[in-house]
Amino acid sequence: MADWADGRLGIYSLAKANMRKIFPDHWSFMLGEICLYSFIIIILTGVYLTLFFHPSMNEIVYHGSYVPMHGIRMTEAYASTLEISFDVRGGLLIRQIHHWAAVIFIAGMFVHMMRVFFTGAFRKPREINWLFGFLLFVLGMFTGFTGYSLPDDLLSGTGVRFTQGAILATPVVGTYISMFLFGGEFPGHDMVARFYSIHILLLPGIMLGLVVAHLILVFYHKHTQFPGPGRTNKNVVGMPLLPVYMAKAGGFFFLVFGVIAAIAGMFTINPVWALGPYRPDQVSTGAQPDWYMGFAEGLIRVMPGWEINLWGHTLVLGVFIPLVVFGLMLVAIAVYPFIESWITGDKREHHLLDRPRNAPTRTALGVAWVTGYMVMLLGGGNDIFATHFHMSLNAITWFVRIAFFVGPVVAFIVTKRICMGLQRRDADKVLHGRESGIIKRLPHGEFVEIHEPLSQDQLYSLTAHEQYTPAEVGPSVDENGVERKVTRGQKLRAKLSKGYYGEGNQVPKPTAEEYKEITSGHGHH
Amino acid sequence: MSSQEIPEKNLPSEQDTAHGAVAVAEDPFADPGLPPHKPRIQDIDERAAKRSERTVALLFTLSMLATIGFIASFVAFPVDKLVYVWPLGHVSATNLSLGLTLGIALFCIGAGAVHWARTLMSDHEVADDRHAIEATPEVKAKVMADFADGARESVIGRRPLIRNTMFGALAMVPLSGVVLLRELGPLPEKKLFHTSWDKGKQLINMNTNEPLRPEDVVVGSLTFAKPEGLEEDDHEFNNKIAKDALMIVRIQPEDIKDKHELEWSHEGIVAFSKICTHVGCPISLYEQQTHHVLCPCHQSTFDLSDGARVIFGPAGHALPQLRIGVNNEGFLEALGDFPEPVGPAFWERG
Repeated sequence: MADWADGRLGIYSLAKANMRKIFPDHWSFMLGEICLYSFIIIILTGVYLTLFFHPSMNEIVYHGSYVPMHGIRMTEAYASTLEISFDVRGGLLIRQIHHWAAVIFIAGMFVHMMRVFFTGAFRKPREINWLFGFLLFVLGMFTGFTGYSLPDDLLSGTGVRFTQGAILATPVVGTYISMFLFGGEFPGHDMVARFYSIHILLLPGIMLGLVVAHLILVFYHKHTQFPGPGRTNKNVVGMPLLPVYMAKAGGFFFLVFGVIAAIAGMFTINPVWALGPYRPDQVSTGAQPDWYMGFAEGLIRVMPGWEINLWGHTLVLGVFIPLVVFGLMLVAIAVYPFIESWITGDKREHHLLDRPRNAPTRTALGVAWVTGYMVMLLGGGNDIFATHFHMSLNAITWFVRIAFFVGPVVAFIVTKRICMGLQRRDADKVLHGRESGIIKRLPHGEFVEIHEPLSQDQLYSLTAHEQYTPAEVGPSVDENGVERKVTRGQKLRAKLSKGYYGEGNQVPKPTAEEYKEITSGHGHH
Repeated sequence: MSSQEIPEKNLPSEQDTAHGAVAVAEDPFADPGLPPHKPRIQDIDERAAKRSERTVALLFTLSMLATIGFIASFVAFPVDKLVYVWPLGHVSATNLSLGLTLGIALFCIGAGAVHWARTLMSDHEVADDRHAIEATPEVKAKVMADFADGARESVIGRRPLIRNTMFGALAMVPLSGVVLLRELGPLPEKKLFHTSWDKGKQLINMNTNEPLRPEDVVVGSLTFAKPEGLEEDDHEFNNKIAKDALMIVRIQPEDIKDKHELEWSHEGIVAFSKICTHVGCPISLYEQQTHHVLCPCHQSTFDLSDGARVIFGPAGHALPQLRIGVNNEGFLEALGDFPEPVGPAFWERG
């Protein structure tokens, strides 16, 4: 059988390279797995849902089994969602697994990307895979949005209205995009059918391709690993795919699926039956998008309502600026690897991960971004915070407006200082050993704590990281005394490089000389 | 297990006995190599291994039982049965039982597999070499030469006419697809500038579906209205109400600060568009004492006693006002359409 397949597919050569492929072990490496598995779960449950869902905006009067909605006009999309929830046995479970898995998928990608960012795993040769992952994150957000808009309930319709309002704010082409997207004026009769095709075919099709490409590159590049004894930039240390990772990763799929199924069985998500069908003149209070759209919601909520009217046209800055900032915050993720590699000028491959503390400026930038994101998430829920904590909505809004600018700066400074402190602590441990907790009384009465020297493994692990020296602009005249042209780009690069690796931005690693000098004398002082 | 980086003596088999005795050589921070394998209890004690085996088998068996439970609950519970379960409250019996049994069935397979991998499968760490992603210079040269051969044989360089027309054709052909997208919807034209409101159209109470009289609107109440002739079962109802929705309140005329607003009111009854000028949510929260209305979506706040100007939040301009009066039968009626587009601002709005 295997021979038969090999004769046609060449499976033996494939297996030779991959069957015993080595994967390193670290808890943070399974974050990506959560994303992959929830994506598979979403596809499986999504296919089931398409068997029952009617993507139609034809209006009917409901007479189904959910009594509170009797006699209410609604679209077939909403009615079929009620049917899935109340008439199809297990339909509600599959719907809830689908929605929970989507929420977890995007949360997983968010955390997975943080892992990759803070450990520098995006560096050469993995920049393209970072971009694939970034695209998956962005497309995941929009697939989620088009998905939760499909039931055509009051909450999701409000979200679509918000999107349409934001589209209208686009200069010059806004009204055209809106008319073309909705097939006329909002809400029109095409939205559900169009979102359906985008949600079940266009976006997931692209995403499936990206997921496959992402995984192929993970295999091809081989996984990164943390530095440690025996782990170098030229090898990969771990356990083989068959059997250990087959069992661990395969088993983990079932763990993720099992947990999501149990959550979906116990906790209601998006109870569209409680909300009623969408009507453009009705709304509920406390309207919130799914969490991953929360920061866009925050941007739109806290932005002052600036509008400029000139020459018979309106520039709706109050909505358009949030739209642009939303895009820029995402683009910042995509371009970061290229900016950092330009600053370092490092063209080598990196397979060893950084500990976040050993790249203080990168870590601080990441935390600053996350702070800005979180502040806006808070802004997106300003009404919820106001009502739950009995605070002034206006005060929260003003807090968010200020914190969006101040928060990231403070976070940057604080994070950098923490990283530097941790670096000093590491250097101290290397040179003076670890505190043993044993207090010794010296003959003359002084008390000292005994420091135990670190093992060779620990010494190596704590000093294995690389430290860059800041890039220099170089002398302004060359060796012949001719004035050298220093471009503005080079100057900027040197400045940034100093900010990353200059004095005060990283703690020099202990050198072998320092270590020997201290250890050859008396053990401690 | 052949790596140039790790000295032979540091490989686990060599090192097992010598570990811990690595001398501080030239470089105190040198790589000591892979640490030796630490045997697990299952590696040494067959009884422990047996216990692990039984645990794994138990988990797999539990999964089978849970799947049977899933099928049983699928058959047993009517789809509309509710049960009270602490602390979840009243929940669907089908949903809860199916979710839990499926969850257990899946989780136990996962837990069994992971436990098997962690306790019984070999946990010897192995080092694999990495190979540079970049090709060697020879390979690069070969590829470049092949490419040059291919390009030369295609004569594309020698016959620019072919090349240029081909690029032209390839660049133009997607235009057909773009042109087809034109059919996605109508042009905006002036559609966003008008609503169904017109001179003489009566204001119909949204809740009672009856025309409104001035005495129906009392101070402190918020009334929603639609134009006469618009019915819920109209095919275009949603498209129309998205622009027509009206908000009516009565304010003591002396409390109305905006002169123009007072002029367009009927004895203090004022009618404003219900659609927020920010991104189009329907405004629905009314503060009787201050005559402020708040949009629950993004919290734009408007002062209905002062021309519905924005007093807080992200909205960019005041709510449009509908001029109203009373007709011969004593019903409230519109005296024209809104003077400006309702809802969110857009480029052509001006």
